[in-house]
Amino acid sequence: MQLEIRGLTKRFGTFTANDAIDLVVEPGEIHCLLGENGAGKTTLMNMLYGLVDSDEGEILLDGEPVTFRSPGDAIDAGIGMVHQHFMLVPVFTVAENVMLGREQASLGVLQRSKAAARVTELSEQYGLAVQPDALVGALPVGVQQRVEIIKALSNEARILILDEPTAVLTPQETDELMDIMRSLRDNGTSIIFITHKLREVKAVGDKITVIRRGKVVGTAKPTVSEAELAEMMVGRAVSLRVDKGESDLGEVVFAANDVTVVDDRGVTVVNQVSLDVRSGEILALCGVQGNGQTELIKSFLGLLKPAEGSIALSGDDISRHGPRESLRDGIGFVPEDRKHDGFVGSFTVAENLVLDLYRDPPFSSGLSLSLAEIDRNAEDRIVEFDIRTQSSSTPVESLSGGNQQKVVVARELSRELKLLIASQPTRGLDVGSIEFVHKRIVGARDAGAAVIIVSTELDEVFSLADRIAVMCNGRVVDVVDPGISREDIGLLMAGAEREMQTHG
Amino acid sequence: MGEPEQEPGAGTDEADSGADEPDAGTDESGVEPDERTQPRAKTWIESVLPTVQVSFASIVLALIVGAVLIMVSNDHVVSTWGYFFADPWGAVTTATSAVWDSYKALFSGAFGSSAAFGGTLGKATPLIFGGLGVSLAFRVGLFNIGAQGQLFFGAICAGYVGFTWNLPPVVHLLAAVVAGIIGGAIWGGVVGVLKARTGAHEVIVTIMLNYVALGILRWLLLTNPFQIPGSNNPQSPYVDDNALYPHAGGYNLGFVVALLAAGLVWWLLGRSTLGFEMRAVGANPDAARTAGMSISKAYILAMLIAGALAGLAGTQQVLGHRDPLTDGIAGSIGFDSITVALLGRASPFGTVVAALLFGALQSGGIQMQAATNTPLTLTTVLQALIVLFIAAPALVRSILRVRARADAGGVLAKGWNG
Amino acid sequence: MSEASATSPRDVPRTAAVVHNPAIRRARVKVVSIYAVTAVLMVWMVVKTAGGNVQFQPTSPFDANQISPIDFPARTTGLACLIGVVALGVGSYVVLSWLRILFGVVAGFAFMLCFFCWAYSGQEQIAITNPLSDSLKAATPLILGALAGALCERSGVINVAIEGQFLMGAFAASVVGTLAWSPYLGMLGAVGASVLVAALLAVFSIKYQVNQVVLGVVLVVLAGGVTGFLLDQIPDNKIPDLNQPPVLSPVAIPGLAKIPVIGPAFFDQTVLIYIMYASVALVTFVLFETKWGLRVRAVGEHPTAADTVGIKVRRIRYQAVLFGGVFAGLGGAFFTVGSNGAFDKDLSAGNGFIALAALIMGRWHPIGATIASLFFGFMLQLQFQLQVLQRIPSELLAITPYVATVIAVAGFVGRVRAPAADGEPYSKS
Repeated sequence: MQLEIRGLTKRFGTFTANDAIDLVVEPGEIHCLLGENGAGKTTLMNMLYGLVDSDEGEILLDGEPVTFRSPGDAIDAGIGMVHQHFMLVPVFTVAENVMLGREQASLGVLQRSKAAARVTELSEQYGLAVQPDALVGALPVGVQQRVEIIKALSNEARILILDEPTAVLTPQETDELMDIMRSLRDNGTSIIFITHKLREVKAVGDKITVIRRGKVVGTAKPTVSEAELAEMMVGRAVSLRVDKGESDLGEVVFAANDVTVVDDRGVTVVNQVSLDVRSGEILALCGVQGNGQTELIKSFLGLLKPAEGSIALSGDDISRHGPRESLRDGIGFVPEDRKHDGFVGSFTVAENLVLDLYRDPPFSSGLSLSLAEIDRNAEDRIVEFDIRTQSSSTPVESLSGGNQQKVVVARELSRELKLLIASQPTRGLDVGSIEFVHKRIVGARDAGAAVIIVSTELDEVFSLADRIAVMCNGRVVDVVDPGISREDIGLLMAGAEREMQTHG
Repeated sequence: MGEPEQEPGAGTDEADSGADEPDAGTDESGVEPDERTQPRAKTWIESVLPTVQVSFASIVLALIVGAVLIMVSNDHVVSTWGYFFADPWGAVTTATSAVWDSYKALFSGAFGSSAAFGGTLGKATPLIFGGLGVSLAFRVGLFNIGAQGQLFFGAICAGYVGFTWNLPPVVHLLAAVVAGIIGGAIWGGVVGVLKARTGAHEVIVTIMLNYVALGILRWLLLTNPFQIPGSNNPQSPYVDDNALYPHAGGYNLGFVVALLAAGLVWWLLGRSTLGFEMRAVGANPDAARTAGMSISKAYILAMLIAGALAGLAGTQQVLGHRDPLTDGIAGSIGFDSITVALLGRASPFGTVVAALLFGALQSGGIQMQAATNTPLTLTTVLQALIVLFIAAPALVRSILRVRARADAGGVLAKGWNG
Repeated sequence: MSEASATSPRDVPRTAAVVHNPAIRRARVKVVSIYAVTAVLMVWMVVKTAGGNVQFQPTSPFDANQISPIDFPARTTGLACLIGVVALGVGSYVVLSWLRILFGVVAGFAFMLCFFCWAYSGQEQIAITNPLSDSLKAATPLILGALAGALCERSGVINVAIEGQFLMGAFAASVVGTLAWSPYLGMLGAVGASVLVAALLAVFSIKYQVNQVVLGVVLVVLAGGVTGFLLDQIPDNKIPDLNQPPVLSPVAIPGLAKIPVIGPAFFDQTVLIYIMYASVALVTFVLFETKWGLRVRAVGEHPTAADTVGIKVRRIRYQAVLFGGVFAGLGGAFFTVGSNGAFDKDLSAGNGFIALAALIMGRWHPIGATIASLFFGFMLQLQFQLQVLQRIPSELLAITPYVATVIAVAGFVGRVRAPAADGEPYSKS
């Protein structure tokens, strides 16, 4: 089925998210949509999928104009979508998730065995290895993604949209996904592959369309160089490496020894992890999401109490400390999910800039807040970190993602730090903000702090880290130098154990 | 109910708010706000005006619905509807005059004389205290439905000190008031502790504790020393004169104390480190925890203070006038406090204004019942309707055909998992 | 623990980590302290128990099949119960599985038996009556209300307004029942009134996205106000015409009603109670076995996911809330035409809130909510049963269901998981 988009436009208020987009996807091709975070790729696909109404322009399928008022219309027309955030009900089984919306039922009563048979059939046809009776919430993300693909296939999708599908996968799983994409293409399915990763585009794409600031800025063949693609995507030449000098290693500032964390359900999520970081060093924790990195750094700050093991900052045991003591002792913490843990959306920029500093002078005098000092601090930080905000009394929730992250980073770097922990520090940011945050993290290192970053983006890990610790299944599988190859690190992320070695 | 504190691998939460919410300015669209035309900062009047408009319209709408209720239920009016075809004009005039008389009596009962206004203030005073307690808890993210029970406990303790102790003037009043504060704080604090320690949802717990407090009061009123000697009625002795709030001509000091309490809550929420913590916990507990704040502490302190404020409402009920303690002491103040807090948008100033409005309705309602036979319960209906309309500004605007504006609500929206 | 850290890190058994789990340690401390408090209470009761026998009368004087009363020694039985509870407490410390729940239930029964021995000892002219029938009656509105809540909340709309639905339902049942002189039409009127409240809940929460807890509270106040106002507007001489409905009379189910002890309790009841049985089965089946039920649960858990497969989220929620209104209305009818007849102000006396607590305790499952409701029903009837003894002041007895709710919610339920999107309005751009 051929898809054509003509002059599609979407505005939110005065902001134009998509500006007269033209796009043609031929049957049986993998069409890559390349653009950085916030370029408008997701908005475009949401219009195509009936989730967002367009303001102007039209969509044609095999030359016929179509209107999608809801995703139901899009599905009926043969469009399937695998969303960046999976659209799966975690407490339902695979079969229930797949049938939802087009249930196999007679007289309104569900026929679960029919649904399960359909899942098995599709799973075998495309070699997806998915059990119909498994609870989705208990499946690894890679398998959940395959459930999403089955969901789309069971609706007989002839155009499949994959929105940033590789963000949650290991390099090897990414390769597997690409194989699946190719086999779908060979069966005649058109695929729209949305990504900001240049390597993947070149590996699997048949045609590439680049979007920048809501406009199509050009098309390319997969043979063009990464540098050219990057320049099209960002609009200027981009240095793909972070500008970073040699690290000036100092004392071991932070040491974790045999840390084990058990979650509320009694599952061991971090298993006997030992790490140390020196001042002036960036240690990257890398691994597929959900392998214990989140819990590990939470235990470092004291948000989770380790069940076993010790954590030492400058030689003092802090494993029984709560976040308040840890922050006081000189740990800076940039949480993974800034909206959730990093700031209070309804608070002003000024308030968020002192969210963990308000207790101490000069921001408080005993019981009472010093509003003047809080405002002055805000003015200073806004200038220093180039936070784009209307004023210091604007609620943070109305800032862009990049500026929200700058607020968090500015706050955490506005006091003397022994250790900076930054988790997914650039997730969802545009290239300009990414460069800025990276520079600040390196700056903290050069000022003598020990730095731990957690990232699922291998590019970020390679460009920032002085050492890389790879986590899988709650364990640190290995600690390696950033010179390691992508294939090797991928194997480690998948749990291939080498000899246990800890540096320092 | 309760927070599932750690859920590894649960990426589903963010998915809810994910892809399809292109509210400009967040991650999805990644807009730099400075790329758009910036709205200029609103003046104070501009930011308050829509609230005032909606509130006023809500009151008018509630009165209209109330009028319809009177027309369809007033016995006299209903009997004339029977002759509608014989004498349509008569039926309409009877109906409108029933409504007009009721509302006129309502108004003059609230503001018609100095004594009436004193009555309004007297009714408003406990509502200010109770409303402040509910508002404060609200700002910390807790639905405190328990003002009623906290009030009962405050009244029990204040009453006990008031009619069993013998102390000199001023000291006695102070002792009784402090006892009331402590009583309410304990009853509220229990909720905070249960919420913080076990995750028990405060809505259920506060509602249940209201009934428990009422049961305890009823039991006490049949036991020494709470039962008035020489009587089998469930009512207490009279409070010692020294323990009464000073009053003059229908006005009493309680109202001034209520205004002071409002000022204190304003300072606490807006100007103190503790209030900063409380508001942060209320708006985003996870971020607050990550920033080193203690959620338990915020919950417990908030409920202690909220209980203390409701306890003050209880002192007003036993020490405000020479009435004995009975099981009717709280009337409907507990639930009215919630509606007052909602109407006042959980701000101390708004709460005072809302309490004055409801005080006027209730004080006037008594006169209305006496003069026109329209039952006092109409005021309950009016109060609920006002809050209902105010809680849905979009509805009021659509009725008024006012253009929708971005700023709406003002009340925390969250569910059990909150 | 020390022995675990002494072993080599490679072969640490999984249970070793479990022992260190702070959550499990907390749960353990909680369980032990609950048992300890229970045991202390029981010791006090056993000490205070007078000698002699206590009599249990399993059948009521009106039952067809009479069974002679059973006598048992009060103090010995109490002591046996106490020993049993201590044993179960130790057992609960050791086991970690679902057995704990079973132990808890058994311990609860032992506690109640011990309590009865104490309360009834030394008053041999009064026999312990069979609590089944009264418990079931008291539980009926709770179950129906909880079913309404289950339908709403499974679809993602919090329903705190069950109490309001009860009040409106009870009032409408009384007035319609009186006017039509039929309790059945009264029930129909109750359903209509309750669905009206449900419609308000739906419109304000789904369309206008008002905070649903706030909305529920306001609707309760509104329903209390409207019913109170209308009741006040009825002049005394019109009461027989408007507020004196005929009540439902019991209908014995042939055969089943003849079963000794449980027969009269379960199968010689009014139609409303049979409707309640059917409702539990119906709601369970609809929610978990039908296409519509799957969609209801999907919009309550992950509305965006439901939307992306073409399900109309708001429409499903409207349907679920309105359908729930039917059951809450029937629950409301119980208070007037289902029991004593005339409506009075605040007649449901907080039962709607207890139904909500039962729903939460039952973890948003119709069957779980039913079991929880039966427990509360038992607590509610207890006060009437014990009133005759005059051993505990009736004012204090009256608070037992509410205290039980607090203990249940705080002690045994704690952080249960609501449907993920419960209380969150869904707005599409």
